[in-house]
Amino acid sequence: MTQDDAPPSSSQQGLEEENHPRRRDVLATVTLGMGCAGACALAYPFLNSLNGTQSSRIGEDDTVEVDCSKLSPGQQLVVTWRGWPVFVQRRTPEMLASLRVPELAHRLRDPESKMHQQPQDAINWHRSVVPEIGVLIGICTHLGCVPSFDAPSSGDRSGKYACPCHGSQFDIAGRAYKDAPAPYNLPVPPVTIISDQHLLIGKSKGDPDFDIATIQQI
Amino acid sequence: MTDKSQDLSRWVEKRLPIVSSFRREYVDFAMPKNLNYLWNFGAFATISLGMLLLSGIFLALNYSPTVSDAFSSIETMDRQVASGWLVRSIHMGGVSMLFAALYVHVARGLYYGSYKAPRELIWLTGLGLLLMVMITAFAGYILPWGQMSYWGATVVVNAFNTVPLIGKALTSWLMGGEGLGNAALHRIYVLHFLTAFSIIGVVALHIATLHVAGSNNPTGIDPESSDETVPFHPYYTSKDGLGLCFFLIVYAVIVFFAPDFLTLAENYVQANPLVTPQDITPEWYFAPFYAILRAVPSKLGGLILATGSIGVLFAVPWLDKSPVRSAKSRPLLRPALLMLFFSFMALGFAGMHPPAGGWLWLSRVAVFYWYLYFLILLPLQSRGETASSLGFAKEGRE
Repeated sequence: MTQDDAPPSSSQQGLEEENHPRRRDVLATVTLGMGCAGACALAYPFLNSLNGTQSSRIGEDDTVEVDCSKLSPGQQLVVTWRGWPVFVQRRTPEMLASLRVPELAHRLRDPESKMHQQPQDAINWHRSVVPEIGVLIGICTHLGCVPSFDAPSSGDRSGKYACPCHGSQFDIAGRAYKDAPAPYNLPVPPVTIISDQHLLIGKSKGDPDFDIATIQQI
Repeated sequence: MTDKSQDLSRWVEKRLPIVSSFRREYVDFAMPKNLNYLWNFGAFATISLGMLLLSGIFLALNYSPTVSDAFSSIETMDRQVASGWLVRSIHMGGVSMLFAALYVHVARGLYYGSYKAPRELIWLTGLGLLLMVMITAFAGYILPWGQMSYWGATVVVNAFNTVPLIGKALTSWLMGGEGLGNAALHRIYVLHFLTAFSIIGVVALHIATLHVAGSNNPTGIDPESSDETVPFHPYYTSKDGLGLCFFLIVYAVIVFFAPDFLTLAENYVQANPLVTPQDITPEWYFAPFYAILRAVPSKLGGLILATGSIGVLFAVPWLDKSPVRSAKSRPLLRPALLMLFFSFMALGFAGMHPPAGGWLWLSRVAVFYWYLYFLILLPLQSRGETASSLGFAKEGRE
C-alpha cells in the first residue's frame, strides 16, 4: 500500500513500482471476487423465493381418503392428490391373470418394477398393496398427458392404458410397453389400506419413508 | 485469437460504440478532485433503486392485487414463500434507504448550488425523480392492503378530490368509480409498477444531463484544467465503493435486524373499511409533508402548501440570483440554509406526533420558515451579500 500511495519521487522508486505491478491487480481481483460472492449471496433469496410456498414443509396434511365401496370390478375412479390425477381401480380376476402371462414380460420395459417408481410395498407383480386394488398416478411418463383407461371388455378382458398424446401404452398395472415412447412405468403413490372399502393415499404403511419427490419421473 | 477478438470489437465499435462510450463516460470521465462524501449519495440512490426494482419483481410474482387476497398474499410471502420474508424486507428497507439517500442528495444540491447554470436540468429531472419515487412509494404502500394502506389511501384520495377542476376527474380515473375496491387496487398496482420502471428512464436523462455539464464540487467553481480533475475510475469508483460499503451495512442492519423498525404494526391488520385506526402516522419519509398538511386549518390550503413545498424547489434555480454556487462562500445564506434543513427535520418529527400543542406550533413555524427561505431569503440574499473572494473572483472572471 505504502509504495503504491507514495508519489514516485525518485526514479528508483518508480522502477520498483514497475517491478511490482501485481500489487494492485491482487487488490482489484480480490475486490472483484468479493463483489461476485456478494452478488451470489444476494441472488440466493431471490431465486429461492421462486420455489414458492413449499406447502409440504409446513406440515399440512396432504393425504386423501378414498371410499371404493361403489367401485365395481373392472372400473376405475379418479381422485386428485397433490394436484395429480390418481387412478384407483378394482381389478377382475381376468385383469390379474393378464398381469401374470409369461409372454407379457418380454414386451414390457420394466416388468419387475426395478425402477424407483413406486413405494417398497408395491414392488410386486401387481404393483399395489393388495392385488385387487390398483392405485396409479395417471401421468404419462413420456410428456405428462393423462392416459385414458381402456376398461376390460369382451374383446380385451385385461384392459390397458393408452396415452392420447403420443400413443404410449401401459398394462393394467401401469407398466410401460416397449414399442411405445413412455420410458418408465406409471408412478404408484404411497397407499395405506384402512379397511376393505377405504384406502388412504399419501401415506404408506409398508414404506413410511417413501417420498414421492424421489421417484425416477412423474 | 486476439486478432479475431480485436476485429470483432472493432466491428461492433463501428456500428454501436457502446464500449468507447462507457469508457468515456464512466472510466476516463473527468471529475473534480475535491468531491466530498456527500457526492456519494447519488450512487446510493441508484443502488437502492436497483434493489427495489429487483426485489419488487420477485414480490410481484407472489402478490395478488385483489381486495380479498392482497393481505393474505403478503402474509403468505412473509411466512411461507421460501426466503419471502427476506425479499420483502429488502424491498421495504430499500424504500427507506432510497428516501434517505434522496433527501441528502437534494440537500447537497441546495447547499453547494448544484442547481445553478448550467445544471438546471439536472436539478429539474432530479426533482421529477423525487416526485416519481414519492408516487411509487405511496402506491406501493397501499398494496399490502393493511389498515394503514387503506386509510392512508382514503385520506389522500379525499385530499385529491378537493383539487379544483381536475381533482374529481383524476380520482375517478384512478379509482374506476367504485371507491377503494378491486378496480382501484388493480390500478394502483399497475401504477406502482409503471412509475417504478419509468424512473429508470428519467434516471438516464438525469445522468445524461449531468455528463454534459459535469459534476459540481464543494467550492462551486468549475475545474479549469486537467490538473484539477481526476478520471472517474479508479478514483470515484473506489470512493463510491467505500461509501457504498457503509451504506449497505446500514441497509443490511435494517433488513436483517430491524425489518419492522420503520414500519407500523397497524399495517399488519387487514384493511377494514368500518374502523379507522387510532393513530394514523405516515412512513417517516412522508412525515414532513403530512405535518404541513395538518399544520394548515384548511382542507385545500394544507394540500396546496404541502405540494407547494416541493413545487418551490422547482423554482430554486430562478429564485436564487446569486452567481456564487456554494453556500460555503455565502456567509449570509449558509446559516439560513442550515435552518431550512432543521425545519425539514422538525416537520418530519412533527408529522409523526399527534397534531396538538407544541408539535402543531413547531410544524407551523417550520412551514412558515420553509416558504420564507425560498420566497424571500433566497431571492433577496444575493443583493446584500459580499461573497467571499474565492467564489466571487472566479465568477467575475467568466
